Amino acid sequence: MELSSFFLMRHEMALLAIALILIIAEIFIPKQKKSSAVHLAIFLFGIHTALGFFPLEENSLFGGMFRTNSLIHFFKNVLNIGVFILLLQSADWIQEKIVKLNRGTEFFILLFFSLLGMYFMISAGDFLMFYVGLELSTIPVAALAAFELMKRRSSEAGIKLILSAALASGVSLFGISMLYATSGSIYFDDILVAISPNNLTILGFILFFAGMAFKISLVPFHFWTADVYEGAPISVASYLSVISKGAAVFILMILMFTVLKPLMEVWENMIYVVALATMFVGNLFALRQQNMKRFLAFSSIAQAGFILLGLITGTQLGTASVVYFVMIYIFSNLAAFGVVQAISLKTGKENIDDYNGLYRTNPRLSLIMLLALFSLAGIPPVAGFFGKFFLYTAAAREGYYLLVFLAVVNVTISLYYYLLVVRAMFLRQSENPIPFFNNKLYMRLGLGITVIGILVLGIYSPLYDYIYELSAAFNH
Amino acid sequence: MIPGISITEILSLTSILFFIGVYGFITRTNLISMLVSVEIILNSTVINFVVINKYLYPELLQGVVYSIFIIAVAAAETALAVAIIINLYKQISSVDVKETETLKY
Repeated sequence: MELSSFFLMRHEMALLAIALILIIAEIFIPKQKKSSAVHLAIFLFGIHTALGFFPLEENSLFGGMFRTNSLIHFFKNVLNIGVFILLLQSADWIQEKIVKLNRGTEFFILLFFSLLGMYFMISAGDFLMFYVGLELSTIPVAALAAFELMKRRSSEAGIKLILSAALASGVSLFGISMLYATSGSIYFDDILVAISPNNLTILGFILFFAGMAFKISLVPFHFWTADVYEGAPISVASYLSVISKGAAVFILMILMFTVLKPLMEVWENMIYVVALATMFVGNLFALRQQNMKRFLAFSSIAQAGFILLGLITGTQLGTASVVYFVMIYIFSNLAAFGVVQAISLKTGKENIDDYNGLYRTNPRLSLIMLLALFSLAGIPPVAGFFGKFFLYTAAAREGYYLLVFLAVVNVTISLYYYLLVVRAMFLRQSENPIPFFNNKLYMRLGLGITVIGILVLGIYSPLYDYIYELSAAFNH
Repeated sequence: MIPGISITEILSLTSILFFIGVYGFITRTNLISMLVSVEIILNSTVINFVVINKYLYPELLQGVVYSIFIIAVAAAETALAVAIIINLYKQISSVDVKETETLKY
């Protein structure tokens, strides 16, 4: 193995270097100037995001434990952009609330290590790397959810997240041990050759899927989602809902379309039921939420149900539409969470009723929120429509007409509650609306990028063709 | 390899341990007990990996190596969970699940 082959791990090494630089900076930056660490972190991560776009060859390292190809590389870039927007949006919150407590750098270090875990998870070539990556991505997020030490709700969110995540990883490990028992290896390539749909393999797969369903918050395993999103700091909630969920969906899709493809007869039926349950429960519970964070939590559960529409197909079209949808979902959800964060930071208000009359006082914020909600609901001019449209196409081409029909019914339900927020912002009057405020530069940038993403991604069609070409890597 | 004991018996033991862990996680109301239940689940999988490795595929050490990683990660997980529990205890003077119900639908 040559030294140059380590450049396949360029993303991982760069991110690790940034985290280490921040640890050193934490020591050397004097106490009065801690807020400069925030600028340093955002600057370094911006460079890392930009450098990530350079092409990377396809290969594997460490005897196949670590592999990379162009789709994985592309998805890492998508995660990078998502985290970069997230950093821009949460910079103000860190500078105003966290730096005072002398813990600003900590936030970035934990966030970066979690992202590092996701890199390793999505480019894993065997179950060991996959497990270590999964845990590395989960444990720092639990620490982040409990980040506001003085708030009881934050600690509650942290303990709920870490206990559910530990249970989930225990269950999925039990499943992996069964897959290991039947196929004799933990390497994906070897398992693909040896796997056959016998009872023990199916049981192992179901346990493994249950563990992953916790991460994606699919329905029988979604109970932690709303509680954690509500209690955790908003930037952590948006990290959990977009980045963490996106990475977990991606690796689950790769595993199901390649390694576990021989079990397709089993997982087709399973995902059919889970997708329907997820969409209906997510949407129906979102109807009765008053808190914006809980509302977005249930909306993100419902979106996970839509993603399953692409997962059920097992085709190249399915892969492409899932990656495309996740990308658009990252932009739309980050825009929604960004507005919630901006308002919560300035006024501390988080309920839907507090948004009454927002358009009169803060027209720009309410327009961004409108775009984000339309994109989440899937209304034609914005990107979310195209994301959903390709998912429907992928599912319909495999003959799941009833499932697509029920998904469209769900879009109608979701439109109702998304429009509730829009009505509050644009039509309702309020005695004391949220006063006008100006956002700082970072927040403006963060919201601006999401708006551009929402408007452009759907219309710029070569992007979808590009993803479609890349996804040939996982569909032979 | 333990003479006189077949793989079926050990795998039955680990399955029982696994379900004890799940049962404990669902029924216990003390946060520490829930953490112990999760540890039982993880340890059952550790035994699973080692036994499958030893009895079925003794030529490679994949399962044994995997179990070492599980133990290490489980330790990190427990450390963090206990830290959060201690922080919660400082605020509400309790480690009971019933006290952590301010977030609810």
